[in-house]
Amino acid sequence: MATYSLKETKQPPKSQTKAVLWLKDNLFSSVTNASLTFIALYIIYLLLPPILNWTIFDANFDLTADNDSCGREGACWSFINANFKMFIYGFYPQEELWRVNTMFGIIAALVALGSLLKGSQYRAHFIIGSFLIYPVVAFVLLYGGLGLEIVETDKWGGLTLTVVVAAVGIIASFPLGILFALGRQSEMRVVKFISVVYIEFVRGVPLITILFMASVVLPLFFSAGMDFDKLLRALIGITLFQTAYIAEVIRGGLQAIPKGQYEAADAAGLSFMQKTMLVILPQALKISIPNIVGSFIALFKDTTLLLIIGLFDMLAIVGAATSNSNWLGRDTEGYVFVAMVIWVILYSMSRYSKRLEVRFSTEHK
Amino acid sequence: MFTKLKSLLYNNEVRAILFQILAVVVIAYFAYQAFDNMMLNIEQRGIRSGFGFLNDEAGFAVNDNFFLEYSPASTNLQAFYVGIVNTLIVAITGIFFASVLGLIVGISRLSSNYLIRKMATVYIEVFRNIPILLQILFWYSMALSAFPSPKNSISFFDSIFLNSRGLYLPRPVEGVEIYLVLASFIIGVVSYIFIKRRSNKKHDDTGIETNTTPYFAGLVLLLPIAVYFASGAQLEYPVLKGFNFRGGVDLSIEFFALAFALSIYTATYIAEAIRSGIESVDNGQKEAAAAMGLTQTQSLRLVVLPQALRVAIPPIINQYLNLTKNSSLAAAVGYTELVTIFSGTVLNVVGQAIEIIILTMLVYLAISLVISLILNIFNKKMQIKGK
Repeated sequence: MATYSLKETKQPPKSQTKAVLWLKDNLFSSVTNASLTFIALYIIYLLLPPILNWTIFDANFDLTADNDSCGREGACWSFINANFKMFIYGFYPQEELWRVNTMFGIIAALVALGSLLKGSQYRAHFIIGSFLIYPVVAFVLLYGGLGLEIVETDKWGGLTLTVVVAAVGIIASFPLGILFALGRQSEMRVVKFISVVYIEFVRGVPLITILFMASVVLPLFFSAGMDFDKLLRALIGITLFQTAYIAEVIRGGLQAIPKGQYEAADAAGLSFMQKTMLVILPQALKISIPNIVGSFIALFKDTTLLLIIGLFDMLAIVGAATSNSNWLGRDTEGYVFVAMVIWVILYSMSRYSKRLEVRFSTEHK
Repeated sequence: MFTKLKSLLYNNEVRAILFQILAVVVIAYFAYQAFDNMMLNIEQRGIRSGFGFLNDEAGFAVNDNFFLEYSPASTNLQAFYVGIVNTLIVAITGIFFASVLGLIVGISRLSSNYLIRKMATVYIEVFRNIPILLQILFWYSMALSAFPSPKNSISFFDSIFLNSRGLYLPRPVEGVEIYLVLASFIIGVVSYIFIKRRSNKKHDDTGIETNTTPYFAGLVLLLPIAVYFASGAQLEYPVLKGFNFRGGVDLSIEFFALAFALSIYTATYIAEAIRSGIESVDNGQKEAAAAMGLTQTQSLRLVVLPQALRVAIPPIINQYLNLTKNSSLAAAVGYTELVTIFSGTVLNVVGQAIEIIILTMLVYLAISLVISLILNIFNKKMQIKGK
């Protein structure tokens, strides 16, 4: 009887092992593909070394170095270290910094509590309550009063100011935006007309013209006795601007609601208020959440424009810090640092909005 | 009587009318109050009102001026026009480069090449999430420090110069010759479009394809060049005189930084629009194209892109509008466009904030109206062609 023995299994050919195969499939699958790879490598070769040299290899990481001892070949990171407080708190008085920290700390605590309450029936109450109470607390902490020393708003600046403006902008524009969105969908001609004109006007002009309007023209509209805080004027401008965008986002949500929902609410005998508050808005707002986050991201980016009307947001701090004769010519370090901070914030927000989009997506379920 | 009134009050239509009257009254009241205060304030501060200031002498010089007659002796109105033209020029430049870059990056994001795909993604994620104003300031400071002084300008063929003051290009000397060149270019383009249409029609009717590339090269490129040399048109070259270049077209470094930042930033959005446009094309379309034996490039050019652009173009046009609005950030670096000239310098001199800012806003409103008109026309056209 013949015996058959199994042949020893061969190793796959070299060209089919994992790494080589991957290279072949992804980088060198054809002549065009291979030449694209080389073009890409060349671009990386052009861009990466100077960037790395400047930020790391030629940079001076000695955090106590001053401007002269730093050298000019690479970045001088002690500039950031020396001005770090200014980047975060602006010109807020040193001994009062704990107030800003407490404000940020409470936000973190609220967010943590909110996620602990996930699934609890009180979560909605908690969130709405925080949105109502927290701004007051934050205002007292930042501005003063109730026994705290008053810190005028021209001392506010840096990341703190950016966060304050973005937060006020989104919170104040939200109810207004809902009103204008409902107005635009309304059957009342006059209301609709006013809403459309407002929304389209604001969306048609650059934010900077609205900020100019708010900072130069707005004071003229009020009687002479009323003295307007510069920050307040900017906040009014930002809110007016953001309202139009939020209104459009929510209108998108309103339009996505099937007509049957309106008709069912009418058939059930609900009044206009009941219909809007109990049936339409809860659904419309839920659909709009990812886009609202998107609009918030845009607002956060736009807060940098405050520097043009003379407020010291994080970006303006770069100018302020480098105009100090100790740190002349370190703009690039400042811009790179601010860009990195804002980038991290914006990138995580945009990731978050992508996740929300998936979560709230009603397609292909 | 009372019940009748009550039922009238609960009538939806009556309520709507009452509510609208109320809204109008409230708005009118606030508008009146604001107007009243404004008049009072203006009087108290001794600010003039009205648009008479437009005819006053401007009294300031403008860095970038391309076609218009302008000198410090010109009126504010002329400065206003220079501002509008400069806004449009930087917007058009930005739109052109952003579109080209956006198209390349958008397609690269879907490339089968891992490295290209990742690079496109990194580029988009990095530049999309940095505020445009920061980018403008960054590139401006980079250009100021990285470009050489006028004496050591980077020169291309001794006719284009780049230094820390700006970019200097040769300019055609005005005369009959240059109009001849321009006319021949227009004739070339028109006749090329004519030939292209005929060849398309022939292709539709008979399926025979004609290669129109030689016509393109001949009519659009070679003809104007030939006329240029034949007519003896002259170019005025920038020449280093004293501390800087004179003559030719001079694009300030502010313009350069602004246009660069706007292009880089907006290109990320255009790339995303193009990517989602391409992804919206059904896979069957690509498979059908492949099954018919089209190469990948042909499939992309003839099958995928035309359909993808239909989805991608509305958001892209919106981005064009955003770019135009963002060009107002020139105020931060001092490129002399509408906001810098008008809401900046003129406002400082004249002090008539209301008139000046309203005029500025109207220009942007007009631009956005025109752009949304184009968008609507495009959408209509696409709808008819579509399903």
